[in-house]
Amino acid sequence: MWTVVGRGCWRGRLQVSRVTRWLLGPPAAGSWATHRRCSSADFEEKFDMSRFPVENIRNFSIIAHVDHGKSTLADRLLELTGTIDKKKNNKQVLDTLQVERERGITVKAQTASLFYDFEGKQYLLNLIDTPGHVDFNYEVSRSLSACQGVILVVDANEGIQAQTVANFFLAFEAQLAIIPVINKIDLKNADPERVEKQIEKVFDIPRNECIKISAKLGTNVESILQAVIERIPPPKVQRNNPLKALVFDSTFDRYRGVIASIALFDGVVCKGDKIASAHTQKTYEVNEVGVLNPSERSTQKLYAGQVGYLIAGMRTVSEAQVGDTLYLHRRPVEPLPGFKAAKPMVFAGMYPVDQSEYNNLKSAVEKLTLNDSSVTVHRDSSLALGAGWRLGFLGLLHMEVFNQRLEQEYNASVILTTPTVPYKAVLSSAKLIKEYREKEITIINPAQFPDKSKVTEYLEPVVLGTIITPDEYTREIMMLCQARRAVQKNVMFIDQNRVMLKYLFPLNEIVVDFYDSLKSLSSGYASFDYEDAGYQTAELVKMDILLNGNLVEELVTVVHNVKPYRKNVLAKCYGGDITRKMKLLRRQAEGKKKLRKIGNIEVPKDAFIKVLKTQPDK
Amino acid sequence: MVLPRALARGWTAAAARAAQRRRRVDGEGASPGPEAASARAALYVHWPYCEKRCSYCNFNKYIARGVEEEVMSQCLVTEAQTLLRMSGVQRVESVFFGGGTPSLASPHTVAAILEEVARAAYLPADSEVTLEANPTSAAGSRLAAFGAAGVNRLSIGLQSLDDSELRLLGRTHSASDALRTLAEARRLFPGRVSIDLMLGLPAQQLGPWLGQLRELLQHCDDHISLYQLSLERGTTLFTQVQQGTFPAPDPELAADMYQEGRAALQEAGFRQYEVSNFARNGALSTHNWTYWQCGQYLGIGPGAHGRFVPQGAGGQAREARIQTLEPDNWMKEVMLFGHGTRKRTPLGQLELLEEVLAMGLRTDVGITHEHWQQFEPQLSLWAVFGASEEVRALLEQGLLLLDHSGLRCSWEGLAVLDSLLLTLLPQLQKAWQQRISLLPGDRPASPARPGGL
Repeated sequence: MWTVVGRGCWRGRLQVSRVTRWLLGPPAAGSWATHRRCSSADFEEKFDMSRFPVENIRNFSIIAHVDHGKSTLADRLLELTGTIDKKKNNKQVLDTLQVERERGITVKAQTASLFYDFEGKQYLLNLIDTPGHVDFNYEVSRSLSACQGVILVVDANEGIQAQTVANFFLAFEAQLAIIPVINKIDLKNADPERVEKQIEKVFDIPRNECIKISAKLGTNVESILQAVIERIPPPKVQRNNPLKALVFDSTFDRYRGVIASIALFDGVVCKGDKIASAHTQKTYEVNEVGVLNPSERSTQKLYAGQVGYLIAGMRTVSEAQVGDTLYLHRRPVEPLPGFKAAKPMVFAGMYPVDQSEYNNLKSAVEKLTLNDSSVTVHRDSSLALGAGWRLGFLGLLHMEVFNQRLEQEYNASVILTTPTVPYKAVLSSAKLIKEYREKEITIINPAQFPDKSKVTEYLEPVVLGTIITPDEYTREIMMLCQARRAVQKNVMFIDQNRVMLKYLFPLNEIVVDFYDSLKSLSSGYASFDYEDAGYQTAELVKMDILLNGNLVEELVTVVHNVKPYRKNVLAKCYGGDITRKMKLLRRQAEGKKKLRKIGNIEVPKDAFIKVLKTQPDK
Repeated sequence: MVLPRALARGWTAAAARAAQRRRRVDGEGASPGPEAASARAALYVHWPYCEKRCSYCNFNKYIARGVEEEVMSQCLVTEAQTLLRMSGVQRVESVFFGGGTPSLASPHTVAAILEEVARAAYLPADSEVTLEANPTSAAGSRLAAFGAAGVNRLSIGLQSLDDSELRLLGRTHSASDALRTLAEARRLFPGRVSIDLMLGLPAQQLGPWLGQLRELLQHCDDHISLYQLSLERGTTLFTQVQQGTFPAPDPELAADMYQEGRAALQEAGFRQYEVSNFARNGALSTHNWTYWQCGQYLGIGPGAHGRFVPQGAGGQAREARIQTLEPDNWMKEVMLFGHGTRKRTPLGQLELLEEVLAMGLRTDVGITHEHWQQFEPQLSLWAVFGASEEVRALLEQGLLLLDHSGLRCSWEGLAVLDSLLLTLLPQLQKAWQQRISLLPGDRPASPARPGGL
């Protein structure tokens, strides 16, 4: 009840974004339909995958801050390799969903196998989709583990941004070859030399390794393909060993079941093979394997070092979890390291705006989670908002995109409560320990927070945040971070007038409106990104205020300032659509009745939500 | 422009011109004909196409790539015929072409529909026939053609006199287009032109907005609608505001604009006859009046709403009806079944009374005892609201009036009606439940009165 807040207060966050493709659903087959079709002879030859020995294979991905041109570069690479026709309107051809287009975030570069002739040899270049956002850090690291190198794209005008840094370090830690590319050199304000210096300073990459291009005009793009071949090593794999394949993505197709994206580390997989999952131990028969070009092309076989898709009668995406290892039935192998189940970091209540839409919303949530096993769903109900769910997401963007897809694809209108984070408590009460069957418990719903008398300590999740800003805003940003209980870890000038700040933040301090505040006090110039940094002991007193349910009392004091008789909706009646107006009125009247029961306060629900949006003093 | 089909029948251009010279309605809208209320209705026609999506609009509209107007027109005619028959309506008091952008439709289509209405029911020569017109799609010659087709009132979606605001709204016209269209419309439809003006846009300030209104008062005819922008999910503007591209409209400021605006209009001789609508010289819209008085209306076209008792089909209860949203599906259904009604919800007596209350209070005359009694003969307004503490508080604050003539908002109350309804609707529900629990022995005959009207 105390978490009720309308959506939108932390919304600016989505600009740092990039979403993984499993989140956004299966590749829309229709969008590929216009791409080039091969003659059947051509087809046979092209898709005999045994023709590509390991030394002629390169697996790589493109990483970039939002809007630095990743999508456009992918378009050009697809064109150059004849994967799609050169057309004037190949404009971010891979962004198929409304949510991607509207936000300029890109799912882009769905995994695509490119065929490229260079110095007399035909190469197989696998461009592997990596979700570029830290919400999906784990998924990014799994995708990157299928690569041997990355193209790091930086805007020649904006330079290095927070997300560039986060992405770089993921690739760096995975020990991948990094090809820095400075894009948009055609822009009037482009300053590629300055960006080269930044790259040298921040990433320690020699200036002469930067490739300067304009993906929009196609300038110098071909040299990237050459660099991919020359600078990225082929995968280290053994075709003769038994099959070992990494699942780095999966989507659900209602007719064909789960389509898993796989990278083969060893061996061969063939249609008709019996395979097993290391995680679930379930066995399946392979119905189809193939490559993405970028649409699905069945190939009979895939060989070690190659990347493609596999369909094997899996019924839900939870059977093909990202990071899982597949092997031949009765030929088990050591699973690839690093598998872990998705761990939600942000929780929020979700309720239908109108209770009569509960069943519709329920079926929409079910359909969306078919494609996204990382969303956790628990039924929940609130006195003021009725029946709903408590959903767990990997991060804020994940939650935002999920919600937007509900709205756009299922026409569902929902109320999201203020996002909260999973706290932990180390219990001292023997009785409670017995009840929970463990000493350290995780609390996802603050309403169930154990009293401090029964607790040794509380823990809260923390993240390492990176902020890059023009230096004139440094002072205000530092004050903002301090106000959010953040601890400074590092400050560094990345060029004459840009500063990179690193802070350790309690996650709950940034989930609501941190990004909005940051953007507004830096006139939009600062960028922000964060990564998981574990748990830390939390201050008890503060937690009490926030979590012991006293917020309703706080609400009462704030509510007195609201003028309930101000707001009026003068919306135009749409051709006599009284129903909508009446629904709204009845709902508000209903909410008011309920609120009165709770706290003896008379305030319409929208005002109630508005009040909760403004954060109490921190 | 030759409109042979329209001219061939009873509903003629001459009748349309006669309607332009019609007597002005003073007071409560259309004078009812001799028929029973259930045999009368207003007709709403939805034209679902637009040239371009406005950034704020979430109405049911489509950007057409080549409209098959012949088919569309035929389907509208068919659906009008079907619903008229189904409803048993004998007299159509007003027709409203809304959208979408109905001024993009051909005048032939408008003529064909009116002709069908006049054939299937009685469409008096002085019936109000309104067309919503968009300044860019409504050149003078087109407006004249619509007049010849039978339209006798125009509602111009002017929205703003500031070019940058018009761009923000995604409108295709400029302020000068709007004024030119307005002048043209007034020449063709003197005394019968309405304009829409929006308030509460992102970054809009009180002073300049009042300036726009004052300028409009120099040019306008006898009817103005003021609408507060409501940001609707799924629109471009909603996203832009969420992303911080534009500041969120300030509801307090919008409330100030509304107050200052209605004061300025009052000073200029306009009567605020409804929350959003202002008229002088008696130029009230009878069509919209039907909505507020909970009269019957038929809705035809994709996504149109209607409220009527399907008497012709043996129905007893008043139904809320919605037609199929997507034009293609709607057309298919009309061709197969004669109509594209997607949803029919019979309204219970309490629901109907809630509508009577919420809609009636939007008007300056409010709900008269006689009006209420038409819908609920047993439970009077006094019985529902007279004893409530909370309602008394509203009366004492001077927001609401309950007296010998009925229940209505004061000038101050009209501006905050939605907040008042949050007290009034639960009170009505409470009184209704008490009545049910009191009644069984008392009133044997009355529960069989399902639909009202």
